[in-house]
Amino acid sequence: MVIEHIGLSYINGSLVALDGVKNASFDEMVELRLENGTVRTGRIVQIEGEKVIIQVFEGTKGISLVNTRTRLTGHPIEMKLSRGIIGRVFDGLGRPVDGLGEIYPDEERDINSSPINPVSRVYPKNYINTGISTIDALATLIRGQKLPIFSGSGMKHNELAVQIVRQASVADNEDFAIVFAAMGAKNDVADYFRTSFERANVMHKVVMFLNLSNDPIIERIITPRCALTAAEYLAFKHGMNVLVILTDMTAYAEALREFSSSKGEIPGRKGFPGYLYSDFASIYERAGIVSGSPGSVTQIPILTMPNDDITHPIPDLTGYITEGQIVLDRTLDTMGVYPPVSVLPSLSRLMKDGIGAGYTREDHSTLANQLFSSYAKVQDAKSLASVIGEDELSPADKRLLKFGREFEKRFITQSPYENRTIEQTLDLGWELLSQLQREDLDRVDDETIEKYFNKK
Amino acid sequence: MSENNLIYSINGPVVTIRGKTGLEMMEMVFVGEKKLIGEVIRIDSDAAVIQVYEETSGLRPGEPVYSTGSPMSITLGPGILSNIFDGIENPLSDIASAAGAFIPRGLHPAPLNEETIWDVTIKVGVGDRLTGGDIYATVPEKAIEHRIMVPPGLCGEVVEAKPDGRYRINDKIIVIRDERGGLHELTLCHRWPIRMARPIKKRLPLTRPLVTGQRVIDTLFPIAKGGAAAIPGGFGTGKTMTQHQLAKWCDADIIIYVGCGERGNEMTQVLTEFGGLTDPRSGKPLTDRTVLIANTSNMPVAAREASIYTGITIAEYYRDMGYHTAMMADSTSRWAEALREISGRLEEMPADEGFPAYLPSRLSEFYERAGYVQSINGAEGSISVIGAVSPQGADFSEPVTQNTKRFTRCFWALDKSLAYARHYPAINWNDSYSEYTAELADWYNANVGGDFMVLRSEIISLLAEETNLMEIVKLIGSDVLPDDQKLIIETARVIRVGFLQQNAFHKDDTYVPLEKQLKMMKVILYLYRKCAAIVADRVPISKITELKLFDRLIQMKYDVPNDKPEMFDDYYKEIDGALAALTSGEAVAW
Repeated sequence: MVIEHIGLSYINGSLVALDGVKNASFDEMVELRLENGTVRTGRIVQIEGEKVIIQVFEGTKGISLVNTRTRLTGHPIEMKLSRGIIGRVFDGLGRPVDGLGEIYPDEERDINSSPINPVSRVYPKNYINTGISTIDALATLIRGQKLPIFSGSGMKHNELAVQIVRQASVADNEDFAIVFAAMGAKNDVADYFRTSFERANVMHKVVMFLNLSNDPIIERIITPRCALTAAEYLAFKHGMNVLVILTDMTAYAEALREFSSSKGEIPGRKGFPGYLYSDFASIYERAGIVSGSPGSVTQIPILTMPNDDITHPIPDLTGYITEGQIVLDRTLDTMGVYPPVSVLPSLSRLMKDGIGAGYTREDHSTLANQLFSSYAKVQDAKSLASVIGEDELSPADKRLLKFGREFEKRFITQSPYENRTIEQTLDLGWELLSQLQREDLDRVDDETIEKYFNKK
Repeated sequence: MSENNLIYSINGPVVTIRGKTGLEMMEMVFVGEKKLIGEVIRIDSDAAVIQVYEETSGLRPGEPVYSTGSPMSITLGPGILSNIFDGIENPLSDIASAAGAFIPRGLHPAPLNEETIWDVTIKVGVGDRLTGGDIYATVPEKAIEHRIMVPPGLCGEVVEAKPDGRYRINDKIIVIRDERGGLHELTLCHRWPIRMARPIKKRLPLTRPLVTGQRVIDTLFPIAKGGAAAIPGGFGTGKTMTQHQLAKWCDADIIIYVGCGERGNEMTQVLTEFGGLTDPRSGKPLTDRTVLIANTSNMPVAAREASIYTGITIAEYYRDMGYHTAMMADSTSRWAEALREISGRLEEMPADEGFPAYLPSRLSEFYERAGYVQSINGAEGSISVIGAVSPQGADFSEPVTQNTKRFTRCFWALDKSLAYARHYPAINWNDSYSEYTAELADWYNANVGGDFMVLRSEIISLLAEETNLMEIVKLIGSDVLPDDQKLIIETARVIRVGFLQQNAFHKDDTYVPLEKQLKMMKVILYLYRKCAAIVADRVPISKITELKLFDRLIQMKYDVPNDKPEMFDDYYKEIDGALAALTSGEAVAW
């Protein structure tokens, strides 16, 4: 027997309250049927005796205290899954919107998933060749890693993400899939991704989840969870290597803030809820490799830093959870450098175990360290030059400046369609370092110098 | 277990029961039909509030809450070492073998394996009088002798004792009759509430360092055995890396590594990496002396709050046996955030940045459980606590960093610009401090070298002078400095790159004995003094730098293996030779 509750006791933002409900369970999915026949989805976020508070994903516009019938479904929000989801397009709640009909599921999964047992994780070590020098050499992407792109409005993060997909996945074997989740993304951004996937001839490998900027805001809280449930299903049940792109995490966090404030929760920094860190973690930590399955979930979340501020809670908390970050830089971007990767703050934490002899090349780690160290000194020389003028610099500082310019022009800059091999990237690094003198290189031992320094 | 308490309301991990429940404050309870573990955190006149240590999704009002009658406790006994637990001592390997790669709810295997058979040596006989803390049996466990102690608070006469032999942890070993005639069966383990510090006889002064093999720590900012240190740093500055280095190489007997709200892959890394490494002192695998508490960021937030206490309780247990333990907590900020999250759900009045007003008192309570003590059985042991702090936006003025600073006496500030230049460990020598230095001076002078502290101050003052000079260099360049100041900058470069910077991936440099640290300092300062004398004689500094002596010293950390300290003598000869040639050559040219 299905009980329908007629009416509501109050409405507040995206939250509605319902009285006299027996047998409701926490986090349960509910359906709200309006008089005009439309159905909205909600989730129970608080229970007090017989009163429940429901979060309505599609928003409460048009809902009144009397025109709604609410039905409990008896289970948390679940995603219907089968191998057939590949190549399909879903809305932010995981319902097909491409007109190709329903999914015939072989499994329905709770979108919240359970945490991966640290004991069952396999430490990620296989490096992914993206063909982009700054990433391959200095912030190497590893299969099973979560490596976000910290960008700002108007910078070329989407192009970079597409280039990574094009160059990394295509080179991969057959068993790969891309899960793309748009949260509050603009229509043209979603289109850009779609056409790019088509052009790269990978569209039949993509599962798309679209919550666009004109879609209901609260729905965004569910979108990444649906996407990751699909990714986990493909990776750990079907053994595929899944690359998940989440854009834009900033819009997600703002939706969470809106939800939290309408619930009357005590805000933390910048009005974001105190649990923003735990909430982010419940998304990002779903990347990884588990023992007993050949598949992997690699995440590239994209976020736009409000006002390019890396200390804003969204990039800040993300950086504490993810295994490194690729930071884009406004100055490089305006100079026309693509990809505008800011080398010094960019980092891959898993890189140290995935590079070197047997993975990339023996000199990789030394070269990366030396490039970081020398490029850090370039910044000092630049600031000195801005005070006393370049002519007054010592010869060593002049060498550094020249190196810095070449580094930005030849190493960082590359065409969106240029796919460099790791050897090309590393050789280029040595070629640039060779403009410096031996004593400028403080991270390199003599043996490596002998082999790679000044070889061109 | 009574079960007449029914759930009334549910809000995330916070569950309320209505009515007078008879539950005790901080009592452990099982919530709902799935028996999720929870703890009573508030009792009002007509309601009890419970924080649940597992995900509450699917819980319904009206489900029962089972009381256990005792506070949140963990099992202490053989089998803890080289194990990995979650924040409330659920054994994660057992969960993995029972349930696969994902952690289900309501699954609580026995924390310590109940089937393992231990070789037990009984230390007492019938008629002996025992008090709390007394050792009645010993068991070899991994690298150490595990001493089974009478739970604190219990005393009486042994009325029954098993012979030496092989027992499981729940087998009865001895029976004690207390003064009122009550009989107590003691097994190889007992339970202890995690939020209650285990009693001690007295605190002892902190006079011995925790030797870590990391130069910037041992030499510049040492931590005492029994001391507490904080490592604050923004993301990517190497907190976890530093914690891992300390867990690997510090000279404690037992390491408790608490991954509190951090990355899952990092725990996996500790598991795999430590298994392949050998303890330089015992020659056994490093995992043999390590306990891991893993409550990663996506595991339930309330258990994250408990994980710190679970860790320190285990540390206290081994300390009471007479061992030196060290606990790494990575990161205490996540623990503070868990407090904030629970506090928010309880609708408590927030203080600074939404953190509850009791944050400082909780922090001090925790850090005060560190110490060098004589335990109630007379054995001496210590707990050193090293807490990582992850300040939001790398801003050290936020409440967790500021309050941690008040209760720890050692502060290793990690610096973003050092990390960007890949200078690791990125401990900033201007912002960091150790208040233990004075107390440890005698130990260093007696055990490492009489001149250790003198050399250390010289190194520090050279670094400080360099910082001042760099202010000038940043404005006008280094060319205009007089030669003696250029020499300071050159020497400071050797100290920074050749001494402070340490390569965790190099087989020798990852752990450097104190003797080598001393010899390195000596050589660097010898070169400095020699050069200073020559510069005073108006030999231009460029002539000296041409000799590449400074670059030779930068490489000495790699060139001199840890077990060949005698090789340092060659450096003196080389310096003398090179500089003598310079001065005599100059004399001719003059």
